[in-house]
Amino acid sequence: MQLDAMYQEIILDHYRNPHRKGLRDPYDAEAHHINPTCGDEVTLRVALTPAEGEAGLGPGAVVSDVSYEGMGCSISQASTSVLTDLLIGRTVAEGMETLAAFTELMQSRGRGEPDEDVLEDAVAFAGVSKYPARVKCALLGWMAWKDAVSQSLEKEGV
Amino acid sequence: MTTVREFGQAGSGLLDVAAIREDFPILSRTVRDGRPLVYLDSGATSQKPRQVLDAEREFYERHNAAVHRGAHQLAEEATDAYESARETIAAFVGGDVGEVVFTKNATESINLVAYAMGNAATADDALRRFQVGPGDEIVVTEMEHHANLVPWQELCRRTGATLRWFPVTDEGRLDLSGIDELVNERTKVVAFTHQSNVLGTVNPVGEIVARARRVGALTVLDACQSVPHMPVDVRELGVDFLAFSGHKMLGPNGIGVLWGRRELLEAMPPFITGGSMIGVVHMEYSTWADPPQRFEAGVPMTPQAVALAAACDYLSKVGMDRIAAHEHALVGYALERLGAIEGVRIVGPADTVDRGGAVSFEVEGIHPHDLGQVLDDRGVEVRVGHHCAWPLHRKLGIVATTRASFYLYNTPEDVDALVDAVRAAQEFFGVRG
Repeated sequence: MQLDAMYQEIILDHYRNPHRKGLRDPYDAEAHHINPTCGDEVTLRVALTPAEGEAGLGPGAVVSDVSYEGMGCSISQASTSVLTDLLIGRTVAEGMETLAAFTELMQSRGRGEPDEDVLEDAVAFAGVSKYPARVKCALLGWMAWKDAVSQSLEKEGV
Repeated sequence: MTTVREFGQAGSGLLDVAAIREDFPILSRTVRDGRPLVYLDSGATSQKPRQVLDAEREFYERHNAAVHRGAHQLAEEATDAYESARETIAAFVGGDVGEVVFTKNATESINLVAYAMGNAATADDALRRFQVGPGDEIVVTEMEHHANLVPWQELCRRTGATLRWFPVTDEGRLDLSGIDELVNERTKVVAFTHQSNVLGTVNPVGEIVARARRVGALTVLDACQSVPHMPVDVRELGVDFLAFSGHKMLGPNGIGVLWGRRELLEAMPPFITGGSMIGVVHMEYSTWADPPQRFEAGVPMTPQAVALAAACDYLSKVGMDRIAAHEHALVGYALERLGAIEGVRIVGPADTVDRGGAVSFEVEGIHPHDLGQVLDDRGVEVRVGHHCAWPLHRKLGIVATTRASFYLYNTPEDVDALVDAVRAAQEFFGVRG
């Protein structure tokens, strides 16, 4: 049955018990993203801390918090929850690399070979990539994260 | 062609679906690892019988040429085929042949009217009937498909007119209590759906048209979900314009229809301009052809018109009243069986009075996307999302719904498969009540 390949236990666990859900202060930027085909939405905030020895925010800045609120299917909610596990504590540059790896996996149409060292729990979404209609669900929170980080850096004039 | 027999016990209202299904090759295929296909998404697009596919192929194989151009034999035959398709389709909705305009789809049909009105706004007083501007009002409803909402929003934005709307009640019907205030002497257009694509609600066309006429407003009816599913007669409805799509009524993609009252089409300026829609052309200016050609610029979709006429013939042979009765029986059965599942909430009228063949619902604890995935895994193909009616969902306080929609080829067993799949989803996600 293909359903079990898609709805891995990890995904259902994150869906039922999402990590770090809720909007928190302080934050540098907030992004609100909507999936126009189904109406699912996420509001996501990013707080960044300048890299050691630097005054402003740059690629070396550390993601100190990601908080979010949203309505959506298990895939979009779980992938946002996993995102907070993966990206908090990393630098912006590392986060962007993880985002690129996750995006590549989601666009692999089921043929991706994810690197578990990079994607950790997010490898569970490999099965979702077989369903093109659901890829947007998995990327919803990630695109909001990218947007919020870009806004944070722009404010700094990077 | 199918012979139609009474299905099951007499008086059940059901068609002889087994015979009908033989005409639809796609319905015998399997999906997702060998599951029989249970197609419950005809509200989005219908499947096509062989007769329709054959008509399109035959046109290409025997008569293909550009219509209304050239004097050779194929051009003559193609033009005859195109115009006789127009006759068949006009008769199917009780209109005259000169009142049927072919478009790309119903969305374009509605845009044609909205843009013609926008074009009239900057013209002289001869087009006053179609002019809207500041102080004028356009009335729609809260249950509209985006196709019958956004074009009017845009017309208001371009002209300064004001958009107003009929609210929807909690049970999914139009609230007409404020109709006399809402549709008033400032109202220029009342655009509304015949049957909601989400709720299944069939709206009281007569009452709305009567009020619109009293104040001199034009009426535009979105008939996408009614023309395929019930007998529709434009004269009986009394509307000024009526739009529908071919692909939802067993016809091909790429063709829609705008029916318009002859005197209105004759007075209305064009939307898209170019070849075939002209009277005379000079370097400085052009004049327009009479309708319907005025609204059909460029080489039209003749093979699709021919195939849509074949679809009308197919539907007429089965009988639109019998198709409506068949769907009515299926909806009644679906409401009863789905409604009996703990955790399922039907969105829209809970009974079958003035209700067509679309049943949208929520399942407690399961997002529609996740529900749709489980259904799909079992071969049950439904629509999930807001069904291009986002404001309606917002009004009902829900993000998205799951919609099963029926047609003449669906059976009570399809409803059973849906019900079983919903229960399976509840088990899979551990939310069974």
